[in-house]
Amino acid sequence: MMIKQSLLITLLMLWLSSAHAILDVEITQGTEDALPIAIIPFSWSGTDKQPELNWSDVVSSDLLRSGRFAPVPENELLSRPQANEKIDFNTWRVGSIDHLVVGSVRPAGDKKYTVQFQLFDVYKGEQLLGYSLTTDMNSLRYTAHHISDLIFQQLTGQKGAFNTKVAYVTVKRELGFATYKLEVSDTDGFNPVTVLTSSQPIMSPSWSPDGTRLAYVSFENNHAQIYTQILSSGERYKISEFKGLNGAPVWSPDGKKLAVTLSKDGNPDIYILKLSDKSLQRLTKHWGIDTEPAWMPDNKTIVFTSNRSGKPQLYRVNSAGAKPKRITFDGEYNASAEISSDGTKIAFVYKDNSGFKIASMDLETGVIDVLTDGPLDESPSFAPNDSMILYAEGERAALAAVSSDGRFKQRLATKDGEVREPTWSPFLK
Amino acid sequence: MRNAIFVIVAVLFLSGCPAQPPKDDAAVSQQDTDGNTASDSAQTGKLDGTNQTEGSSFVAGDEPYRKDAINDATSPLSQQTIYFDFNADTIKEEYRDLITWHGRYLASNPDMKVRLEGHTDERGTREYNVALGDRRAQAVSRMMMFQGATNKQIDVVSFGEEKPVALDHDEASWSQNRRVQLVYEAM
Repeated sequence: MMIKQSLLITLLMLWLSSAHAILDVEITQGTEDALPIAIIPFSWSGTDKQPELNWSDVVSSDLLRSGRFAPVPENELLSRPQANEKIDFNTWRVGSIDHLVVGSVRPAGDKKYTVQFQLFDVYKGEQLLGYSLTTDMNSLRYTAHHISDLIFQQLTGQKGAFNTKVAYVTVKRELGFATYKLEVSDTDGFNPVTVLTSSQPIMSPSWSPDGTRLAYVSFENNHAQIYTQILSSGERYKISEFKGLNGAPVWSPDGKKLAVTLSKDGNPDIYILKLSDKSLQRLTKHWGIDTEPAWMPDNKTIVFTSNRSGKPQLYRVNSAGAKPKRITFDGEYNASAEISSDGTKIAFVYKDNSGFKIASMDLETGVIDVLTDGPLDESPSFAPNDSMILYAEGERAALAAVSSDGRFKQRLATKDGEVREPTWSPFLK
Repeated sequence: MRNAIFVIVAVLFLSGCPAQPPKDDAAVSQQDTDGNTASDSAQTGKLDGTNQTEGSSFVAGDEPYRKDAINDATSPLSQQTIYFDFNADTIKEEYRDLITWHGRYLASNPDMKVRLEGHTDERGTREYNVALGDRRAQAVSRMMMFQGATNKQIDVVSFGEEKPVALDHDEASWSQNRRVQLVYEAM
């Protein structure tokens, strides 16, 4: 009896400790110039049981999802050199592997661990990076993503975004009732946390620039209301509840304001809501629809969707009362702009004969790149390093991501229900 | 200001022109699952308020705007969904009388409230669709106020594409989802 119980408890503990991913990642379009890299399984030098994490698998998956690397699958590794061991680079040169990562983990007392890793340039036979990191039981995945960030930055020159989060909305329909959830997970789908559950729709999550809060629209009590919520405590604040539409909240780059869409004055227009005193400044005034505001990094200019020309198009305005300037002319439906963090590009929804697709536009040249195939793609969101654009595939009710150049694509499927409106967090501290 | 003008016009209109009741032979289809059927049968022209001469008594009884008429399947007022074309917020001809009658119903029953829920199909972006649903509901609201319904009786909410009634990705579903639903409540 005692044995059975302790076995049950052990099994339960194993189950609880093996974190699961809410999203399954499937690469749907790879690129030929992805860099071959071999990540050797990290060795464990403790006497007791090693922590429940496959370090090399997390790092490989991260690098694979970036579209920039082609990690060698674990069962195809040519050899498995250990940390601090002399590496025979010739073996790897023959296999046309450009880079090699070896690592080790050892206990550092009281549920703490020391993780060491080295990144080698195979052709030069040189070490490019060598780190020794201390982590604890609760930060294992975080530390693994940090290793991915360090490797990514070393080899691409771009800051890695593997330790960031994604917010999204899920819908489950059962027996005629829908359950809407606002969730936040790691970018690989692990560690999902439910921020809000409702029987009425939840929409338009937007991250505060420091990554500590979300703004969103909730239709609880059959009214559109805008809330902000502190993620660490769950405390939330009702920000806007005017008659009619209260929608499309987007945090300003300085974190002090929300751009929102309200129809309290007759039809949908864009307002700037100051969070400190909830004062409103009306930014657009037109009989048509003005909505989906997005902030430029200057904390002043807003790009938005308007049907003032008859069909939805994107416009730019830099202060109340100024005449908005139209910025899209190609196509009959251009909407839902997102601005890259460097302010040089926008991603938006573009309609052509075969449906709604994600496109990007260079703001200086006006050149448009159609990045996806449709037919119901929407809700584009840039990674904080601008390398990828996350979006929703409406027809499959799944999430997908495409590299900013359109060459690499992946799908992120949920195990059940619909998932939509992905929003990539900023870099987190 | 614009609302005030509407109310004045509506009052003049109502005082000079008693409410025209919906007619018994009106071929308003019940709210079935097929949006097209609803609009097609409503297009028969028999609902046209100007076509009163061939009229007869109301199926729904002598008081067309009595309080429970909205729950009476034989009353046109039991039809409480108005359908729209893609990306449009213009009220189609075949729904003008229906909205007029609902407006008069509210004017006759000041203790009743209606929530106008605007919806769109799944095509296009989510927040744009919320704005489009808002415009649809506002258009219905304006027509109702023209008939004497008051601002206090009408609540407007747009769900955009968030609450479809049909889930397939084709026109048969989309046409049912592009709608304004009237949800009545006692005050």
